[in-house]
Amino acid sequence: MNNAVEVLNLTKTYGDVHALKEISFSVTKGELFGFIGPDGAGKTTLFRILATLILPDGGSALIEENDIVKDYRKIRQLIGYMPGRFSLYQDLSVEENLRFFATIFGTTIEENYDLVKEIYSQIEPFKTRKAGQLSGGMKQKLALSCALIHKPDVLLLDEPTTGVDAVSRQEFWEMLKRLKEQGITIVVSTPYMDEASLCDQVALIQDGAIMQISTPAKVIDSYPLGLYSVSTSDNYQLLLDLKQLPQVCSAFAYGQAAHLSYRKGEMTKEEVKLYLSKKGHQDVTITPIKPTIEDCFMELMQTSGQADK
Amino acid sequence: MSPQHHGTTAPQHHGTLPPDDAIIHVSDLVKKFGSFVANDHLTFDVKRGEIFGFLGANGAGKTTAIRILCGLSYPTSGELLVAGYNVYTQREKIKKNIGYMSQKFSLYDDLTVFENIRFYAAIYGLSKKEIYHRAGNLMKKLELEEARNKLIREIPLGWKQKLAFSVAIIHDPKIVFLDEPTGGVDPITRRQFWDMIYEAARSGITVFVTTHYMDEAEYCDRVCIMVDGRIAALDTPMDLRETFHAKTMNDVFLKLARAKTPEGI
Repeated sequence: MNNAVEVLNLTKTYGDVHALKEISFSVTKGELFGFIGPDGAGKTTLFRILATLILPDGGSALIEENDIVKDYRKIRQLIGYMPGRFSLYQDLSVEENLRFFATIFGTTIEENYDLVKEIYSQIEPFKTRKAGQLSGGMKQKLALSCALIHKPDVLLLDEPTTGVDAVSRQEFWEMLKRLKEQGITIVVSTPYMDEASLCDQVALIQDGAIMQISTPAKVIDSYPLGLYSVSTSDNYQLLLDLKQLPQVCSAFAYGQAAHLSYRKGEMTKEEVKLYLSKKGHQDVTITPIKPTIEDCFMELMQTSGQADK
Repeated sequence: MSPQHHGTTAPQHHGTLPPDDAIIHVSDLVKKFGSFVANDHLTFDVKRGEIFGFLGANGAGKTTAIRILCGLSYPTSGELLVAGYNVYTQREKIKKNIGYMSQKFSLYDDLTVFENIRFYAAIYGLSKKEIYHRAGNLMKKLELEEARNKLIREIPLGWKQKLAFSVAIIHDPKIVFLDEPTGGVDPITRRQFWDMIYEAARSGITVFVTTHYMDEAEYCDRVCIMVDGRIAALDTPMDLRETFHAKTMNDVFLKLARAKTPEGI
């Protein structure tokens, strides 16, 4: 079976900034593929190249077997693109925006209404409102409707959940899951590590390079270290003390606790407990845990020497 | 938005705080834009030296309240003291005693590292001698000495956000307001940023912070969750988790924010 997206050694530089350093990956048809990484990792550059808005300096990329440089006209028919910055017409109404995008692609709202129905119906009560006056969550739904209205094969969503609150973020991912069930290939980027688990495959990206590509479960399985979740009555002092432990690989705050990583076999729970009680900590709890994608990301950043720039 | 609301739905005010313990005092704050009530009878105190998390969905009224507390916008009604100054009559005094930083607006891209520090320090009223002294210390601490003359747009986001925070407290303010300071920042830098917040709080600066990262809510001493312009809950993270039978702050947040009226008012 052919891949929906096939990228080989893609490179893009701006002056002396290497936005993308020979990136390669492929996305199977019908897959939900996530690029996980912070601002400045190169996500937006990559999406703009795939959307045929800018040209790469090197390498190649195919979307449904069409070359992004030669066959850009074809690709534009095949993809739905939602840029990171809200870029619908603020002074057109909700309905006018959707109609505009349908018309541009030679279709009508009515023809593809089924596809956008579930999302668009949530904002339809406000269809006469100007897009500029919508709340963040509603803007996002309208933008997704506009990217979908011509029935694209591949959806490119660049940070659709950035700046959106936790509730709208969750709703958005539920919508993506249902779109995927309709057979649409989705490539999405996000700076939120916790969204990684909702993808079929993830690429962890930092500083223009992909650190790892795999399924979320395999990313977690490949974490090379042991990990404890540690908490005491003073978690700030705890972090300072854990960082002084001789066998420590890393100690990071993680919500209510600290995550302490160590080379397997080199540190027992009891040792940590003893050390902490010597330091005067009370109510010490130490639990061995499975890492999250965020733990994996931090570990990869450290081993690739990008932690301390 | 019910007009009959009495502000009694949540444990919003402990009532036991002595006034001199409160660096921010908000009593019955209302802010209306036309018929829209953005802040609906808010009452809370922020204690000196605490890290106070201010959470809420988009449009819950966080930014409106922060703008009022920073002396950038007048409340419609209510009694508010920030660092001991009245938000109606002493706004310039307030601005001298607070620091502010947000993800969207922090440093000037087309000024250098040093120029940004000098600019903000001067705005905050530091003397020339003091500016050079503090700028030197700051760049040393952040290991930015070699980047002194680099334009802000040329330095990585992580550095930029750490620098922006340091600049926001360069004048030793009583309170620093941080509006989504870590948005889009990589996970390690995000944690280093929180180390800096803790350090500031330990030195006595009160930190008022908003975030969309729910794990960061756990790092606050107390968290206030806004829903539809009102305070839906205010407590320590641990007590909030207990009250709402939730495992994480994310669950607390989803429970509260999900219960609200459908979006689109």
